[in-house]
Amino acid sequence: MSAPRTIATVAVSVFRESVRDKVLYNLVAFAVLLMAASYLLGQLTAGQDIKIIKDLGLAAIATFGLMIAVFIGIGLVWKEVERRSIYSLLTKPLSRAEFILGKYCGLGLTLVVNVVVMVVAWYAVLAYMATSVSPEVRASWAAPAADPAMLRAVGLILVELMLVTALALFFSTFSSPFLSAGLTLGLWVIGHFNADLKNFEAVVDSRAAAWLAQGLYYVLPNFSAFDIKQQVVYAQPVPAGYLASTALYGAVYIALLLVASVAVFSRRDFK
Amino acid sequence: MRRVLTPVLLVLLLASAVGLQAMRERGGELPAGHGEVLYVRSPEALRRMSLSYHSLLADVYWIRAVQVYGGTKLGRMPDRSYGLLYPLLDLTTSLDPYFDVAYQFGALFLAELPPGGPGRPDQAIALLQKGVRAQPDDWHLYQAIGFVHYWSYQDYAVAADWFKRASRLPGAPTWMEPLAAVTLAEGGNRTASRLMWQQILRTATDDWFRTEAERRLKQLDAMDQMDTLRRVVATFQARQGRPPADWAELVRAGYIRGTVADPAGVPYRLERGVVSLDPDSRLLPLPKEAEARP
Repeated sequence: MSAPRTIATVAVSVFRESVRDKVLYNLVAFAVLLMAASYLLGQLTAGQDIKIIKDLGLAAIATFGLMIAVFIGIGLVWKEVERRSIYSLLTKPLSRAEFILGKYCGLGLTLVVNVVVMVVAWYAVLAYMATSVSPEVRASWAAPAADPAMLRAVGLILVELMLVTALALFFSTFSSPFLSAGLTLGLWVIGHFNADLKNFEAVVDSRAAAWLAQGLYYVLPNFSAFDIKQQVVYAQPVPAGYLASTALYGAVYIALLLVASVAVFSRRDFK
Repeated sequence: MRRVLTPVLLVLLLASAVGLQAMRERGGELPAGHGEVLYVRSPEALRRMSLSYHSLLADVYWIRAVQVYGGTKLGRMPDRSYGLLYPLLDLTTSLDPYFDVAYQFGALFLAELPPGGPGRPDQAIALLQKGVRAQPDDWHLYQAIGFVHYWSYQDYAVAADWFKRASRLPGAPTWMEPLAAVTLAEGGNRTASRLMWQQILRTATDDWFRTEAERRLKQLDAMDQMDTLRRVVATFQARQGRPPADWAELVRAGYIRGTVADPAGVPYRLERGVVSLDPDSRLLPLPKEAEARP
């Protein structure tokens, strides 16, 4: 069997397992959250319900995806080792690199399916809510309620989730799930403070500390770069160059983590 | 047996919980604590803590601001404090500097006279100027600052200056420049106020603004109607040598056709010859400037 087909086979089995594990149940929670919010917000927000549903939808897509990426990602390799199924897997015509890449693609597929379904539900709720607004008010909006341009933010959220998945997978190749979850979430949080690391010299006198912070700024994944939620909600322009360079940055970082994961996993001794 | 027992047990326990909750409710609640508390007041700290959820957190603070304003305004507490309103609006707009409605409604809330609001036009202007720093090309914010100077300070020269500045910004409506001229020439005139609210009603981008503009126009109508009624009462008093006891007496004497209600549908009050709005009318409090200079 060729390498891409082997990877695809592993990926499909990961996707099936996530369906068996009822991961897709979160979609029900998402739909209920949006519908309940759209009903309740009209009474509470002084006419800002559409804006809030846009914010809530994007935040919920990012959060549900983050939970799936972290808590499934950390178990991808660990589960196989814990169940000892890794021994039978490695006797098959399957290289360790194919195993890691297949696991990654499988969780990626799960995330894509989740995000697509959440986006469809979110747009449906927005389109429905727009019907309750007077045509004069609708005409004054900078963008329609179900603005297709918001998909740019969804695209970057997806790249961010794939990066988180790669991080979780990397940690799961050599550490326990608890530690992997802590490290992944820790890096995700630090990745949102990148601007502070860059400007660290403004708050400390030590040049060494400032250089260290600058080094960390460039080395650690910059998760704040993937956040353009506010811009798309206000229909502000996001240059195509920014989207392309950020997506490319994410892709390169993902490749780096996958190569590192394969390297670590290849050296592991399961005897 | 167990198959039947479990559901029965679950139903019994749920029924007991509901019953106990109802019983507790009848027993009264514990005394209220210290009311609303704002744990984090630093916008910068909150911005960092919110990671990539600035907008969503801004929405949460906006909802809190609306609840604090509405809850205090509609509450029956004699000591109405809007102390949390400005910090909440400050946090909202720090987390989301493009939240136009938070600036514009926030300013309306803050400038509203007590008991309907805190009566803090200084805070309203500070909030709007923060908006101008974030969005220097948004004419709505300049116009809103002009309004606060117009209605709260009755400083028509400064108000006209802000309207003039708004008129020079991209997208400003054509009526903005004439509005600046009218404000400068006839500020404080009820006709000028009516013109201003009619323009807002015509160009409102939000149902709430529309409702507010309609309420303000009704207030102006009510002031016109009260002037007419005062003239009627004065005529009655001049002829009879005493003020009318009530509206019914004026009806019987043929001065008016029936009980007169304000544009919100609440009958006007007539006590010892003084005509006023009923304290329950949602048109209260009336704007100061137009009342002073009919």
